[in-house]
Amino acid sequence: MNNTILQINQLKTYFFTRNGVVKAVDAVSFGLRKGESLCLVGESGCGKTATALSILRLIDSPPGEIVDGEILYRGEDLLRCSSKRLRQIRGNRIAMIFQDPQSSLNPVFNVGDQIMEQVKLHLRLGHQAALEKTVQLMEQVGIPRVRERMKDYPHQFSGGMKQRVMIAAALSCNPEILIADEPTTALDATIKMQILDIFQDLKQKRNTSILFITHDLGTVAGIADRIIVMYGGRIAEVGTVFDIFDQPKHPYTLGLINCLPSISKRGERLTPIPGMIPSLINPPEGCIFYPRCQRHMPICEKQRPKEVAVSGEHTVACYLYS
Amino acid sequence: MKQKLLEVENLKKYYPVTVGLLSRHVADVKAVDGVSFYITEGETLGLVGESGCGKSSLGRTLLRLEEPTAGRVLYKGSDIMRWDKKQLKEWRKETQIVFQDPQSSLDPRMTIGDSIGEALLIHGVGTEKERLERVEELLTRVGLEPRHATRYPHELSGGQKQRIGIARALAVNPKLIVADEPVSALDVSVQAQILNLVMDLQQELGLAYLFIAHDLAVIGQVSDRIAVMYLGQIIELADKAELLNNPFHPYTQALLSAIPLPDPHHKRKKVSLTGEVPSPVTPPSGCRFHTRCPKVMKICSEETPALRPLAKDHSVSCHLYK
Repeated sequence: MNNTILQINQLKTYFFTRNGVVKAVDAVSFGLRKGESLCLVGESGCGKTATALSILRLIDSPPGEIVDGEILYRGEDLLRCSSKRLRQIRGNRIAMIFQDPQSSLNPVFNVGDQIMEQVKLHLRLGHQAALEKTVQLMEQVGIPRVRERMKDYPHQFSGGMKQRVMIAAALSCNPEILIADEPTTALDATIKMQILDIFQDLKQKRNTSILFITHDLGTVAGIADRIIVMYGGRIAEVGTVFDIFDQPKHPYTLGLINCLPSISKRGERLTPIPGMIPSLINPPEGCIFYPRCQRHMPICEKQRPKEVAVSGEHTVACYLYS
Repeated sequence: MKQKLLEVENLKKYYPVTVGLLSRHVADVKAVDGVSFYITEGETLGLVGESGCGKSSLGRTLLRLEEPTAGRVLYKGSDIMRWDKKQLKEWRKETQIVFQDPQSSLDPRMTIGDSIGEALLIHGVGTEKERLERVEELLTRVGLEPRHATRYPHELSGGQKQRIGIARALAVNPKLIVADEPVSALDVSVQAQILNLVMDLQQELGLAYLFIAHDLAVIGQVSDRIAVMYLGQIIELADKAELLNNPFHPYTQALLSAIPLPDPHHKRKKVSLTGEVPSPVTPPSGCRFHTRCPKVMKICSEETPALRPLAKDHSVSCHLYK
């Protein structure tokens, strides 16, 4: 695709621990296009956060290390560029919102100062100009009574408001790509909706590409253009939002969809996926979903399945389809 | 005709706000402000509301884990507020609680077996051998294995810890379990396993639940009747099907419209709520929801509407309905 602005090729991020090597991201490849909303979906421990942190080289090292792969931003490999160049890109062209606003905001500084710090650093504005820009940013994300509230400290804000502060800070430089790691997870349903509206707006008005990471497949249906389902550090399935919800192929994807509680299921038992999420230390030779798969075949245990195209942009890593 | 197990009448729980060195009592956080409902044997009453609405306080107060500020709680017709320590302790065998955060509700220095069996020990149930057998039986019932009895909490996953919380609650054969956000901290596939367990146990043991959650889809999955809470008060109460198909209160309608639908084709009519939940220290006058209500009228800020039955088994507190 010519409008792919971020291309990840065979990314491998491992954590070297006392108990063994955790293959958190195990040869993951995908592309993010201009103005698209790409959702990376998977449960705890599937490697989605590790993937996101790898993009901006934010992996704690030691014990983590990006052992292989390429991360091409407009053709430039972020894994091999200088730290200076990375700093120019990070926060500026590619911004990130982390999982827990509680721990991402500094409790001893007021929120206005924290956003202004970003603005001054990346936009090189003087104090007054930075202040006005900060006010504008906070208004854009729907924070009420901005000039008063910017003097407040993080603990004086609710979860939803803190999340808006994080988004305002991330948007300060009008980034081309926004990586959001579980941005609505800790929030109530009505607040989730408000935050998702902000992301939708960003996409439509500024053509920002969004890499949206979540374990909640339900949230994703309303915001995604394309979805990547991850499991055990690997990609299980990729497709448009319609591909994934209308024609899920991978048994894991099917399992995830079937276990969502829904008001239309009224008291019927849910069909959970049997078993547990695997350890990523010394993963098996074959398909990593094999032990929990209801439809496994002998080859599944022996060899890791390659991704095959099912139709158009819809690909799946499963022997049922190759 | 099934017996009413629990009847709550005009329950209030206020937390004092104190200021200064001498702790002057200046105001109250009106966490629970006049709540009434009942639960019959073997039924699940779902209590739904967003962060800060008082649902957790309600759960703890009706079990006298915290002393109420006012109101009555009747268990099988008897006023629990009048009971002495001995009667209260006996009653603890009939009513148990499962907490939200499995991490912090299990003593990290006790083995799983000891945690589950602690209540049996306290109530002097059985010999040591009998208690051990009961612990093993409970572990199996919640889908774990007897060998887990010698493990410590940190060795288990979130889902497993939550199962331990349930096993512990079941140890004394209760009639009623207050489940306070039991699945909020879990991934969807684990959530599905736990919800199934909760429903299966109810069928097997004839348990009644007060199931507290902020996720209406989860509540809809498990409940017989649903109570919607906002800022310390119940604003709507009905049979599940009735509430989900025919919500009267604008807040309930907003909550329903905010449930993320795993269906990309469905463009739901959005009832986006503006603003945030007001402070429970100074709740708005009249109907507490009036500051955010899309259908607000003049009377709403002047007079608090009473919770009145509108249709069979369907009560609502809203001036729209006379």
